[in-house]
Amino acid sequence: MNNTTLRLSTSMGSAFVAKVEKVSGQKLLACYQCGKCSAGCPMAAHMDILPNQIIRMAQMGMQKQLLASKTIWVCVSCLTCNSRCPKNIHIAEVIESLRQTALNNGQRDDRLKIWEMTPEARSDLPPIAMISAMRKLTS
Amino acid sequence: MKLIYYPGCTLKNSARNFDTSTVTSMAKLDVEIEELERWNCCGTVHALGSDNVMNRVAPVTNLIRVKEAKATEFMTSCAMCYNTLKRANNDVKAHANKLNTINEFLNLEETKYEGDVEVRHLLEYLRDRVGFDKLAAKVKKPLKDLRVACYYGCLLVRPKEVAFDDVENPMIMENLITALGATPVNFPLKTECCGAYHSVGSPEIIADRTDKIMSSASEQRVDMVVVSCPLCAYNLDFKQDDARRLNPDFQHMPVLYFTQLMALALECGEEALGFDLHHIDPLPTLAARGLA
Repeated sequence: MNNTTLRLSTSMGSAFVAKVEKVSGQKLLACYQCGKCSAGCPMAAHMDILPNQIIRMAQMGMQKQLLASKTIWVCVSCLTCNSRCPKNIHIAEVIESLRQTALNNGQRDDRLKIWEMTPEARSDLPPIAMISAMRKLTS
Repeated sequence: MKLIYYPGCTLKNSARNFDTSTVTSMAKLDVEIEELERWNCCGTVHALGSDNVMNRVAPVTNLIRVKEAKATEFMTSCAMCYNTLKRANNDVKAHANKLNTINEFLNLEETKYEGDVEVRHLLEYLRDRVGFDKLAAKVKKPLKDLRVACYYGCLLVRPKEVAFDDVENPMIMENLITALGATPVNFPLKTECCGAYHSVGSPEIIADRTDKIMSSASEQRVDMVVVSCPLCAYNLDFKQDDARRLNPDFQHMPVLYFTQLMALALECGEEALGFDLHHIDPLPTLAARGLA
């Protein structure tokens, strides 16, 4: 019988992967790609990379692609993926760590540009929307 | 002993009807409530990063105010405040080092937080302390023939550490609605996210979510959708015109807070209901059921 080695990652141990694991508090290699997170994600239709793919790419240390993805801004931390993951991985925490990495790059590269909104648009929105958007999408 | 009540920012702003219907209903149920003194914004969202201590400061400051009111628990009716306050409380209780950092940061406060306050949501309080049977006995105007879809969204049921009911199929709001004499219906999207703060930068996402959620409720031939979160209420009510542009078959339907239905059934008066703050006016629907 032949033995097959399944190569999970070439980049575990890179500084980026270590940071994602530390900030998210998650063990990325626990994921076995069942896809349940993406199957139940209410935002999946608006994403360019699905949640299970985010985890795989994080295992692979694909920093550039992950930080340029639309997905990290589309995820609103509804935590449906977390509550259904059979391996108890908190996918939303992994995505938050990516969002924070993109925001805290020393450039004040905010995703939400409050100053571009009209005063009317700002005052139409309830405080709860403005505050949560600023907490999630600005550095 | 009075029950300390934390309203939160939006209940003093665009969701004033959530505040007034909460306060007047509790009075009718003989629960004396007192608004927390010097409360501040909870921060609205729980930061998920393990290294984020700063975002716990706002919730913990509120927990200090509760201690200063000589109370060991407090209640909020806003799902988002509940979730943020409860998660921050759980986090600092579990991590003494974080709590210590926050107390040192807040060194001008006379009171130190020591993990000795409990956060309650109004639904939880009504079920466990007041009792739905007592609530039913206080109903003056049963909401007969009113078909209601209860929408929980994310924050009452996730993560499971803060949920006070089943994560996938909560029934607490349905049980409350039944106590008021109305008919709750099964509603498959009741815990699916409304898109939350995407109303700020990505309105196309909210239009899609509102269409999906409200249309799923419509399929159950309901009169209205009932919520416990001012952000869900805003998205599902005020973004219905956007949903209509996306889906010409979209049916407009009122969205109410569960406290408004309580205030209606307990006859708290028109002022407490605040129907003028809605985008889709609930009055025609209620009038058709003989309730307005």
